[in-house]
Parts: sequence; structure tokens; C-alpha cells
Amino acid sequence: MMNVKSQWSDKPDLTKRFLFLFLAAVAIMLLLLLRLWYLQVISAERFQHLSEKNRIRYIPISAPRGPIYDRDGHLLVDNRPSFSVSVMRQDVSDRDQLLERLSEYLEIPVEDLARRWEAGRRFPYYRPVPLAEDISREQLERVQENSVDLPGVLIDVQPLRSYPYEDVAAHVFGYLGEITEQQLRSGEFRDYRSGEYVGKSGLEKKLESYLKGKDGQRLLEVDVRGKELRVLRVQEPEPGNRVFLTLREDVQLAAERALAGQAGAAVAIDVKSGEILAMASRPSFNPAMFARGISGAEWIALLQDSRHPLQNKALTGQYPPASTFKIVTALAALRSGAATASTRVDCDGHITLGRRDFRCWKRYGHGPTDLKKAMRESCDVWFYRVGLELGIDKLSEMALELGLGNELGFDLGGEKSGLVPTREWKRARFNASWYDGETVNTSIGQGFVLATPLQLATMTATVANGGLLVRPRIIKKIESWDGEVLLESETEVLQTVEFQGNNLEIVQNSLEAVVNEPRGTGWAARLDQVKVAGKTGTAQVVRLRADDEEPDEEGIPYRFRDHALFVAYAPADDPRIAVAVIVEHGEHGSTTAAPVARSILQAYFGLPEDRVSPVNGYPGD
Amino acid sequence: MFDRRLLFNFDWTLLLTVLALAAIGIASLYSATSGWETTSTPIYLKQLSWLGIGLLIALGMCCFDYRHLEHMGFNLYLANLLLLAAVLVVGKTSMGATRWLDFGVFNLQPSEVMKIVIIITLARYFSEHGHLQGHTLRELVRPFALVAVPVVLTMKQPDLGTALLILFIAVVMILFAGIRRSTLTVLGVLGTLAAGGGWFLLRDYQKQRILTFLNPENDPLGSGYHIIQSKIAVGSGGLFGKGYMQGTQSQLSFLPERHTDFAFSVFAEEWGFVGSFFLLMLYLFLIVWGIYIARCAADRFGTFLAVGVVAMLFWHIVVNLGMVIGLLPVVGVPLPLFSYGGTSMVTTMIGTGLLLNVSMRRFMF
Repeated sequence: MMNVKSQWSDKPDLTKRFLFLFLAAVAIMLLLLLRLWYLQVISAERFQHLSEKNRIRYIPISAPRGPIYDRDGHLLVDNRPSFSVSVMRQDVSDRDQLLERLSEYLEIPVEDLARRWEAGRRFPYYRPVPLAEDISREQLERVQENSVDLPGVLIDVQPLRSYPYEDVAAHVFGYLGEITEQQLRSGEFRDYRSGEYVGKSGLEKKLESYLKGKDGQRLLEVDVRGKELRVLRVQEPEPGNRVFLTLREDVQLAAERALAGQAGAAVAIDVKSGEILAMASRPSFNPAMFARGISGAEWIALLQDSRHPLQNKALTGQYPPASTFKIVTALAALRSGAATASTRVDCDGHITLGRRDFRCWKRYGHGPTDLKKAMRESCDVWFYRVGLELGIDKLSEMALELGLGNELGFDLGGEKSGLVPTREWKRARFNASWYDGETVNTSIGQGFVLATPLQLATMTATVANGGLLVRPRIIKKIESWDGEVLLESETEVLQTVEFQGNNLEIVQNSLEAVVNEPRGTGWAARLDQVKVAGKTGTAQVVRLRADDEEPDEEGIPYRFRDHALFVAYAPADDPRIAVAVIVEHGEHGSTTAAPVARSILQAYFGLPEDRVSPVNGYPGD
Repeated sequence: MFDRRLLFNFDWTLLLTVLALAAIGIASLYSATSGWETTSTPIYLKQLSWLGIGLLIALGMCCFDYRHLEHMGFNLYLANLLLLAAVLVVGKTSMGATRWLDFGVFNLQPSEVMKIVIIITLARYFSEHGHLQGHTLRELVRPFALVAVPVVLTMKQPDLGTALLILFIAVVMILFAGIRRSTLTVLGVLGTLAAGGGWFLLRDYQKQRILTFLNPENDPLGSGYHIIQSKIAVGSGGLFGKGYMQGTQSQLSFLPERHTDFAFSVFAEEWGFVGSFFLLMLYLFLIVWGIYIARCAADRFGTFLAVGVVAMLFWHIVVNLGMVIGLLPVVGVPLPLFSYGGTSMVTTMIGTGLLLNVSMRRFMF
């Protein structure tokens, strides 16, 4: 650094260059200033005029959500045009006068409109504020006719979810609701605007990203009074993708019809592929209420209904499987050797274990009973004895293998796991050891054991198809409008259940007897054209003490009545469909649940629907 | 060992000018984005935090002697070239351009860094090579090559704006270093020819922008839309402006990208010619003060460093303003200290740090 000075001296003098830099900078800045002077002073008036005249309005166009079809392309969920009235606040000079006029044309109280106006303050100024949605034809016409007196008022047409079958399969589709502030803040909903609707449950939520579509926009040039001068640019919205379900429209409708007026659920499943053919849960709701914005009163009514219309009972209803569980007990007993097809038990109506008495539903007993008779007439005593011999460990093992007690990984999501009790479970849950009395209860599907209708249907399918536990699924495929397949589900075997020898056949034959032989408890599900196999069940809602007298059925309040269950598959010799039905407080599987299954099977096989003559119930089958 | 004279010689004028510009910029940003639905941190607060980060970097840079950069110069250059090449191979693509390297916690745009690195590289070259009569064509081959490689790599991304800026910075520094009159003539002819040939290297949308610039009314809805809307916003501001947060054109009518490249339009609409004049004078003062720092620098390296930084700031200002008021085609060049964006803010503050550094060490030998 010592010779810096000398370094300067033998290099060119830079003073002139600095001067040049300085002058160049000043000159170019001056040029910019001149231009600004020209724009902002000389041409100011022209541009001010332009800025007044040239107001650009940006109107988003909502994309229709993707339609939902059944497996054969029947439309289940669609969109319809809905007209709404909104206002550009910047174009309104006299708010009160405008709202009064609108109130008259729309027949909506001024106060309501004013409230919407105020609520719109959270929108940016250039965004229209919605005042009335989904207005009728008459309202629309009145507003259109008087549009001259309504400066700043816009009529928008938006796609609104429509449901041709109203409350059918509502739980599968789910419902829409306005996007929350929290969702907007999370990165996941980046492309959404406040006030927009998103899926809140069911498929609408699960497949939101597929169904949403891409919003379009319209760029308008308007004058000072908000009158549209011309459309500058239109970017058409892209509708959401097409979703095809595994459901079959006719089977679904039959299930819903058969359950009408009752509370409960029905699931029909393809035994080989695990495809859900029908999934009904009752009582239901009409998702259209949500699509147009549900009112507070409607919402509260839905929430407070003691029969839980919002709950998808097929997935989240956990019921004691009752006598339908005897299928598990029989298979486990045969596999372990605790019983054979010819094991005979003399049923005298009860067994005694320690100080407790376990009753058969048939007070004076079934007499000498083998497996087939025990299943056909749902003899409890046979299963008590066999269950005791078998033990809880082998029983729960078989139940777990058949898909009970765990979530099945259903593609719609939201399923409950049910419960298969084990020694370890009881230790962890109650810090107590397992008692034989509990094994006795479990062997007829009472006590701790719980299953969802989806699990019962899957279990039945596994028994029907020879032991393949297949993952149930309801989404068949998703296609873009260009026909590109975006998602296609495939059959997935969760596990293979081993049945030695002809054990499975023995149980299958006994299930066939339940429906087709005299005294069979499943007689109400019998069809002439197709051979059905099945099992009834009646789940106790209130545990009766052993020494209680059987109360008179008519005298029990609804909420204490037993649940009715029925599982079935058909055709018995070459099964294709399995069904599980539960009717809450339906009392007997034989009288209320079996006919529902029958209607579903009739629809599936394309048989004319006929009602069987009412059968006498088997109390406690 | 810390020299107390450094503190004594700290350039408060420069720092205060920069802070004043940034403050006006953030106030204007607040107005430009006030009508927006905020789902996360408001833009102006983000910009404020970028300013804070930039300030820390600038002040941190004052702690070491800029003369160390002279020795690091060429290594920095090579490293930056590698990064630019890496962008073309593994870069992150966003909106059709591949400009970023994803480092997990942040995205680096090596072409931005190159603006600073080319300044250091050329400053070193010209501080060592100088002639009373100016450079000959042969002597310019090396600096040309040094500039051409990053410019080509940047254009490939494609990032025409940054490539042009690197080129413009280099041109100022080369002219400042001196060129023989005859060489200048030859270069002028070659440059004209290159510009003509370069037309065919441009992407379609880049050609479109230049054509649109020449006649914006041709395509009022496409690329001309920005220029027309921006001119209306600026022009309708008039002499005194529509008032802070009162700009109807920018507030209501969806002036596109009003918080980034078109930030000045919002300001000009709200503050009118008077405001624009004041802002331009402030920028001019920053430039002139930078030239003054270059003039007073203790060594040739410092002089060239300061000239380079001044050139960078100057071209950013001129290209952005020229674009916003319809004098230049629309290329995405931000207005320093004004447009929203972390990269721009940090690059500007690094430049400011270099100027502060050169300024406070002008008395040291």
C-alpha cells in the first residue's frame, strides 16, 4: 500500500470521468423527470379522465365442482346454476335507498340486507359484496327489470351442488361449508377466497383437491356508475374432475328405501373386489341445505336430533354384533377342534357358570342341538358351551383375522375400529383378568365386542369368498374431463384367512340353512330365484339382569329396545354380494333387518321387489 | 485492531438517505396492499423485516476492510459461475423460469449475487490494468469474457432483466476505466450488430414485450395492459396527487403487480408530480453521493468498487422507472428500496454496505 499515490499518478486522471458520470446521471434523471412532467402535469387531465372511465373490475368465476357418478355412470351429485345478487359498494351513492328498493324486489327485510352489507366490509373494496344467494326466478326477473334503478348491483350465476336423490347416500358424499379463516391461513388452501365453499365431510372433504376445479375470472371495464362497458378478458373456469364410485345406484336406492323411517345402516359389498355397492345410513339429511348455506336453526336441529342424522352409522356406528358373531365362534371352534359339525349340546334354556345363569333366547331350550341347528335357530347354549371350550384367545384371534376390531383402511376414511376384546386389552383397560363369563358373553357377540356395519359386511364377504379379507373401497376412479384417469383403485387383499378341511363349508351350509330351512331365523331374507345365506342378530341395548323376567316387548320405550342385525351373502353357492344391516332399536334381526337385506339383494339381482308376509320375530335370535 | 477513526468517518449521510428511501417505500407499500385480504404477515411488515436483515448485513460488512475483497475477487467469481451453471442443471423452476437454487431454508438466486460479484471482479481487474490512453480492443478481451459468461448463463434461465443489468453495470465500469477513441468506434459498430443479432436469441415473450412497448395499444389486454394501466395511474396523479391511500386507479382497479415492479405507480398516483420529483431527487442524491464516495476512495480498487455499486443502483432505478412510465419495455427489474422483495432489498443493502465501507476508509492508507 506504500506506493498507492504513485500508482495514481501513472494512471489516467479520473476527474473528467467523475464529471462525466455525474452529468450522465443528472441528464438521465432529468429525462425521467421530463417524462413525469409530461404524464402528471401536461397530460394529467386526460389520464384523470381515463382513470375515472377506465375502472377495471375483476370478477371471479367459480368453477363447478366435479360431478360424482355411480359405477355405471349414473349421476349422483351434480351442479345447477344458482343466481345471486351482490353489490359493488364503490358504485353506490345512496346506500339506504338502494337497499330499500332491493328489499322490495327480493322480498328480503332491509335489516337483513344491511347486515350483509356490513359483513362485506371485510372484503377489499373492489370485490362485490353478496347480498342474497340462490334467489328464485321471480326475484331474479324483478331485479333484472329494474336494473336501471339499481346502480352497482350485480347478478351473478354460480354453480351450486345439487343432489338429484336428495338425502340418498348423503353421508358418503358429505357436505360443503364456508372455508374457515384458519383454513385460509394454512398453506393448504392457497387458491381459495374467503366466502368460498369447501368439503367439510365425506367424499367432498376427502377428494377436495380433485373436486375443486379451477376458478376463472372476468375482467370488465366499467364506467363511473359501475355500468359495464366491455369485457376485457374472460378466463373460463375449469370444472373439477369426475369421480366414479363403486356404488350401484339401484342397490343404494333399495337400501335407502328399505331403511326409510328407521335408524340404522346398511352396507352391501362385492365379495371379491371389496367394492361397496351400497352404503346407507339413516336418518339422513339433505346436503343441499349445506350447499346453499345452512341456517343456524337447521344446523341445531340436525345436531340435537337424538337419532344422529349427521353420523355415518355404517362407518362410525359401533354395535355389539350379537348373534352374527356366532359365525366367528363357529369358525374358531372348528379350526381349534373345540367342536365339530356333529358336536351335540343338549340345550335346556340356560347354562350355569359359578353363581351366574346364562340364558338361551328360547326359554325352554332347543333340545339336542348340533352346529347347523345351533346356527339355524341361533341357539345360544350351544355357543356358550363351545365358546367356553374354545377360550377367548382363539376366539378373538379369529375375529381379528376376519377384519373385526381394527380399521380396514376404507378409502373414504373416518371409520371407527370397533372392539375385539382380549386378555391384554382387558388388563390394559380395566387392570383386571379375564373371566369365563365374559368368554360366554363374547361367544354370542355380546359383552365388550363391538363392530361397525362396514366391518360386518367385510367379515361376511370374507366368509363368502373363501377367506380373502379384502379392503373395502368406494372410490372406483377419478377422471379429468379429457378422459385422463387420475386415480384408479385396485383390489387389495389385506390377509388370507386359513380354514382347514371343510370347516368353511360347514359354516356356509349352516348359514344357508338360516335363511332357507324351516325354523331358520333368517327366513325373511329368502328369495325364490337366488339362494341366500345369512345370520340374524339381536343386540341388547340394556343389559337385563339374569333373574329379570323377559319384559313385554310392547312395553319397552323405543330407546331401550334391542338393535336388530342381519348379515348375508348371495348366491350361496357362488357368492357375489355380501350385505350387513343394522336397524337401531329394531328389536329382532329376523323381522326388521332381514327384510332390508332382502330388498338390497332383490335390487342387486334385478328381481321384482315384493314384500314377504311378516314373520313372527324370534325374541333374542 | 479496531481503528477509532473508522467510527468517526462513518458515512451517516449515505445511511440516512438509504433509510429515508426505504421508509417512503414501505409507507407506499402499506398503501398499495392495504385493501388486500391478509391471510399471513402483511407485505409491508415482511418488507420491514427484510430491511432489518439488509441493514444488519450492510453494517456487518463495514467491520472488515473492503480491500480483502480484492484478493478474494476471482475465487468469488468462479464460485458464482458454478452456482449459475448449477441453476441450469438442478435449479428450481417457478413461473416458467429456472432461476433459483433450493437450499432448503431459502432459495438462492445466483444471478442476483452475480451483480455484486461482477462489480468486485471488474474492480480488481481495472485497478490493476490501466492506461493513460485508454484500453485497446485486445486489452478488453479478458474483461469482456468475464462479463459474457455470466450474462449468457443468466439469459439462458431466462432472466433478461438481470442479464441486461449485469451487462449495463459492466459497460459503465469499462467506460469509466477508459477506452481508446478508435476502440470505442469499433465497439459501437459491433454493439449495434450484436443487438440486431441478439433479437433472434430472444424468447418469443421477450420479443413480444419489446414490440408491445413500441406500441402498447396493440395489445391492450395482454402485455400492453400493464403499461397502459401504469401510465394511467401515474398520469392521473396530476401535480399534487390523489393523497396517501387514495389512489383510485391502483387501489380499486387492480393495477397488476403494484407491490413489486409497479410500486412506483402507486406512489406517483398518490403523491403526484411533486412527490415524484422529491423521490427522484432523493435517488439522484444517492447516486451523486455514491460518485462522490468513488471520487474520494483511498485506492483504485475502492473507486471502481464504488462506481460499480453506483452503476447497479442507477440502472435499477432508471430501468424500473423508465418501464413504469412507459419509456422502456417491461422487464422485471425492481426499484431499489421500493419494490417488495427480499432479494432486491438484500442486494441493495450489500451494495450500500460496500459504499459505506469504501467511504469510511477513504482516509486510510
